[in-house]
Amino acid sequence: MDFFHDATPGWYALAILLLPLAGFCWNAFTYRTEFTRKRGHIVPLLTIGAALFCALTIFKHAVLDEELGDPAIAHAGAGHAAAHGADPGGAHGGAAATDAAAKPAHGALADPRWNWSSKDHGLVYEIIRSGAFRIEAGISIDHLTATMLVVVTLVAFLVHLYSSSYMHGDKRFSRFFAFLQLFSFSMLGLILTDNLLLLFCFWELVGLCSYFLIGFWFEKDDPPRASMKAFMTNRFGDVGFLIGIMLVYRMFGTTDLGEIYAAMQAVAEGRAEIPPLYGWEAGTLLTVAGLCLFMGPMAKSAQVPLHVWLPDAMAGPTPVSALIHAATMVAAGVYMVGRIYFFFTPTVLAFIAGIGTVTALLAATIGLVHNNIKKVLAYSTCSQLGYMMLSLGVGGYSAGLFHLYTHAFFKACLFLGAGSVIHAVHTEDMREMGGLKSKLPVTYRTMLIATLALGGVPFFSGAFSKELIVEHALMWGWSHGIAHMLPALVAIGGGGLTFFYMMRLIYLTFYGAPRDQHKFEHAHESPAPMTIPLLVLAFLSIFSVGWPIPVWGGHTLPQLLAAPPALASIALGHGGDHGHGNLALVLAVLVISCAVIWAGYRLYQRTYKERNPGPEVWVARLKPLHHTVSNLYWFDEFYRATLLRFSFATARVLALVDQKGIDAIVNGVGALGQVIGRGFAAFDRIVVDGLVNVWATLSHALARKLRRLQTGNLQDYLAFAVGGMALVTLFFLFLA
Amino acid sequence: MESLAGYVFLGTAMFVLGVFTMVTRKNAIYVLMGAELILNAAALNFVAFARHLGNRLDGQMFAIFIVILAAAEAAVALGIVLQIHHHYPSIDVSKPDRLGD
Repeated sequence: MDFFHDATPGWYALAILLLPLAGFCWNAFTYRTEFTRKRGHIVPLLTIGAALFCALTIFKHAVLDEELGDPAIAHAGAGHAAAHGADPGGAHGGAAATDAAAKPAHGALADPRWNWSSKDHGLVYEIIRSGAFRIEAGISIDHLTATMLVVVTLVAFLVHLYSSSYMHGDKRFSRFFAFLQLFSFSMLGLILTDNLLLLFCFWELVGLCSYFLIGFWFEKDDPPRASMKAFMTNRFGDVGFLIGIMLVYRMFGTTDLGEIYAAMQAVAEGRAEIPPLYGWEAGTLLTVAGLCLFMGPMAKSAQVPLHVWLPDAMAGPTPVSALIHAATMVAAGVYMVGRIYFFFTPTVLAFIAGIGTVTALLAATIGLVHNNIKKVLAYSTCSQLGYMMLSLGVGGYSAGLFHLYTHAFFKACLFLGAGSVIHAVHTEDMREMGGLKSKLPVTYRTMLIATLALGGVPFFSGAFSKELIVEHALMWGWSHGIAHMLPALVAIGGGGLTFFYMMRLIYLTFYGAPRDQHKFEHAHESPAPMTIPLLVLAFLSIFSVGWPIPVWGGHTLPQLLAAPPALASIALGHGGDHGHGNLALVLAVLVISCAVIWAGYRLYQRTYKERNPGPEVWVARLKPLHHTVSNLYWFDEFYRATLLRFSFATARVLALVDQKGIDAIVNGVGALGQVIGRGFAAFDRIVVDGLVNVWATLSHALARKLRRLQTGNLQDYLAFAVGGMALVTLFFLFLA
Repeated sequence: MESLAGYVFLGTAMFVLGVFTMVTRKNAIYVLMGAELILNAAALNFVAFARHLGNRLDGQMFAIFIVILAAAEAAVALGIVLQIHHHYPSIDVSKPDRLGD
């Protein structure tokens, strides 16, 4: 029980953070050695394994043993807010809110999360102090952190193991593992940090690693282009994120999440208010800052309209797709929204719900028609991330984050399975597969389990999180009016679409007759390092929720991931909660979901199994729709015609300005300098050198004469001496 | 012979003759003899002025020092002359001119 009473968790967390960094350094600095070149996976596997152990320790104490306490009961004076409010607030910016926050924060609005902060135990590192501006790095652990740590380290460990076989023989084998380690470090830092600005730094680092890994095979055509696209699209969102951070800093004078919470709590309890800024009232200000902050997750979690990079990112190696572009990095956006959830006003939440709804629907429809196995999965990821955002937006905080948790395992399983298939048949096009069920039995079974989990079939992990999402969407729609039922409709209908396109993927890959006999005959099951992660993840696709006893030591995981008080809504005079689910609703949702999934399955059966009518008929019947969807709704074309064209035109104009304007100035200055320099050179040559030379010539000539006097004859010297004496004498006698 | 002028005149004559001897003679022995003349001219002046300025003994003392100095000088100088003769088989003082231009 004592685990969280002293600084121990901080050291565990620090080990989790620094081990992958050490692994990265090891691989980066010893890459010339034979050991690292041939066996570059060993050290990374050890470090990530150790990190996994530490993460499981924290998870056990925090979640399984519930040593962090029950979040459903708002603790009075819960550690973090009080401890940080007590910080002498003199260094803060001008906002009145921080002064109020200096009082101990108790009561119903106290933060139920952030139960353990390293700052309470002296584990804090001051990175910057410059006047009133300071950044202190600390580590905060709550149920969400503990859960995310396990998800990231576990998936990362399995992907490391998988890659040791999948990437075998690649000429940049050790570099691949170095990047994986760097990514793990960045992602874990993103999870552990308690400062918005540091979160942003790690956010950029994971983006950078994503860029490196998408473009890992940079000799090919697609990967460099895809990595550039991913990087640029993310910059687009990150600008908004950064502006949001600046706004938050202007409002509260801090970027520390705990202090922001304390300040917001003071506002919500009416003890302080946010002074107007740029002529905006507090409500507008919170909404604008929230929208700006949401720009970051929108790009990182591939939400429409910034989703275009994610499918292209599949150009990277498949383990990377599983780790970064399915389980962890893209989920970082969802995690970040969860982290600052208290900050979002109802308007922002509605916007998040809207974006999530559109993403969930559009991505799912594209998944129906794509023929590239990895891209179908990428659009599926996109769609599921939309689900998570939708859930967060409609107030389903725990549901969204729970879906993030379950989704990480089954989607990683699907990607690694797809990698195994690609490994076997050396193509990503599903039209060249088919009938692989007998050739790849382990891959087939694990992928089928993960598909059922993704489809939300009852008793699989995905069902639990998806039904929670649907419940919340329904409650939200119920309490907000008929137009707000759309997210709920999409959440329900999307389940059918999801199951349909996933069964289509399974059918095209594993069932029916082989469409490419040559590839079929050469296919073989992957070796153990690749199948073991598949089996583990398939196991987790069912049992990660604790099934068959969906109980974590008395509380389900969603209960432990309780939402923080909706401070921004309360501050603006809106109600915090919008009702709770009851058994009737749960049963209704269960029945509806099952029905929709069954409908999706029936559609699949009729279309692919019975061919009554077959997919070709559907394509012919819905030609305009199919055309639109299979062209990915012309998002790329739209960007190419507008943003890219604008950007290129601007670049061209700027280049012209550079060449004609700036270069002319620079050249002119250069020419002027040359002229002045020539003048100075002439002065130097004629005047200065002349003077020196004249002097030298004179003394030379004089010396030529004077040296004659030095005859060497003693008597001459004596005569000079006497003569000189006589002259001196005469001078004194007659002239002085 | 009691007047100072006579002694001063004699001293001056001896000094001038000594310098003339040193500058013009080629033989090193003559040069040395010139130097002796100069020294003794100085000594004569000392004695004469001492006598003239009230029979004081300090002038006499200087004269005796000069005699001792002259003896030492002669010894050293003759040594140098011997060395010159050893080096150049001659005692012509215009021969050793290697310090010259």
